[in-house]
Amino acid sequence: MAEIADAFATAWRLIASGDAVLLEIVSLSLRVSAAALVLAALIGLPLGAFLGVARFPGRRVLVALLSTGMALPPVVVGLGLYLVFSREGPLGAYELLFTPSAMVIAQALLVMPIVASLTRQTIEDMAREYDEQLRAFGASRLRAAATLLVEARYSLPTALLAGLGRAIAEVGAVMIVGGNIAHVTRTMTTAIVLHSSRGDTPLALALGMILVALAALVNGATEGLREVARRAGA
Amino acid sequence: MPAPDRSAERDSASAILPLTFSGVSFTADERTLLGELAFQIEPGGISVLLGPNGAGKSLVLRLASGLLSPSRGAVRWLGAGARRAREAHAIVLQRPVLLRRSVAANVDYPLALRGIPRAERAARVARVLGATRLAAHAQRPARTLSVGEQQRVALATAWALEPELLFLDEPAAALDPSATRELETAICAIRDEGAKVLMTTHDLAQARRLASEVLFLHQGRLLEQTPASEFFAAPRSEPARRFLAGELLE
Repeated sequence: MAEIADAFATAWRLIASGDAVLLEIVSLSLRVSAAALVLAALIGLPLGAFLGVARFPGRRVLVALLSTGMALPPVVVGLGLYLVFSREGPLGAYELLFTPSAMVIAQALLVMPIVASLTRQTIEDMAREYDEQLRAFGASRLRAAATLLVEARYSLPTALLAGLGRAIAEVGAVMIVGGNIAHVTRTMTTAIVLHSSRGDTPLALALGMILVALAALVNGATEGLREVARRAGA
Repeated sequence: MPAPDRSAERDSASAILPLTFSGVSFTADERTLLGELAFQIEPGGISVLLGPNGAGKSLVLRLASGLLSPSRGAVRWLGAGARRAREAHAIVLQRPVLLRRSVAANVDYPLALRGIPRAERAARVARVLGATRLAAHAQRPARTLSVGEQQRVALATAWALEPELLFLDEPAAALDPSATRELETAICAIRDEGAKVLMTTHDLAQARRLASEVLFLHQGRLLEQTPASEFFAAPRSEPARRFLAGELLE
């Protein structure tokens, strides 16, 4: 028991003193996951909105694929990308393996289906209310999708935060394509795996505490947005 | 109210009226909801589609505005391509959906869709918000307004499109008397600018106040199209007589 208490105390000191290694890892994690979220949002928001309003053959298959994508095991995505990025792989020439860029792409692949699926659901629900009005205005399907994205501005951040949560907590994909190289591709989750396996619990614990705090922050932001939306009468 | 008189300009440019229904029927799930409608809507005044609930009034408006296509027959505009006709009319739905943005932005939205230049849009928005007595609410989120005010926002939005023909579906269905009066004042102002209005109502008193002609609909059929003064004095059809007498029609 005393050992665990000691570990917590050391972990707290690491956080409080702003330990350089710790900060470096947290900073890289946040930058990788934020970049992945931006990439996923650039694709997922318009794709989800389009699927929410459009009707075409194959749409149901696409929707089902995206839903499946929400539950993709990160290690499998990591393995797939590892093969694609490896020297003999189709994108081997770009030398992305074991770089932060590879990690961004991996997390974007994990997050995009979440953003797209949740956006699709939100926009489809809204379209039921707006469809006839927008047609009466003479809006095209694409224009309607863009308008509904704006109309859903208070609910869509929830989809983005769900994506961010997945990205930042994920370990399998960044471990494989990033390689957990110190100072280069070491994120909070891969560092926790490494340090706890080495028995260096304080740093692992410190990172764990930061991860939990981030999750709480994301959740708080989601709740805050709902409150803003309620006050705006939306 | 700074409302420039555009009626002269409209007459010379008027291209879409009359609107003609020829042999129009509408069927859904093998039930004929509207049968063999044939009538013409001429420029000028307010034509009221009158009839009990379920007579098919809203359906006629949706067919006329192109939101629905007839199962048989044709809806024709005189001397206009489809695109021009679409831009020359506007419709206010019975439950208009306002966007989650300011009142002014709501009015602006369909104007922007039609590619009207920004300066012209701002002028139109200011004009119709003034004319519907909504100018004070221009920057308020539209969905925080009262039901009556929201209905006026929808009417202002349609008005800003400067339609030759304006469709209104039960515009005062859920409104109290003062909100109804505000709305009817605006509708008359739109008519006075030279726009043709075709509206539905099941409210006999409202029809008496507004109609220049009445199209009486009953069970999906058009029983008569009569100038308002004649209709209210001596309707030609038996169901219309009973409707005017205050009976409940099936």
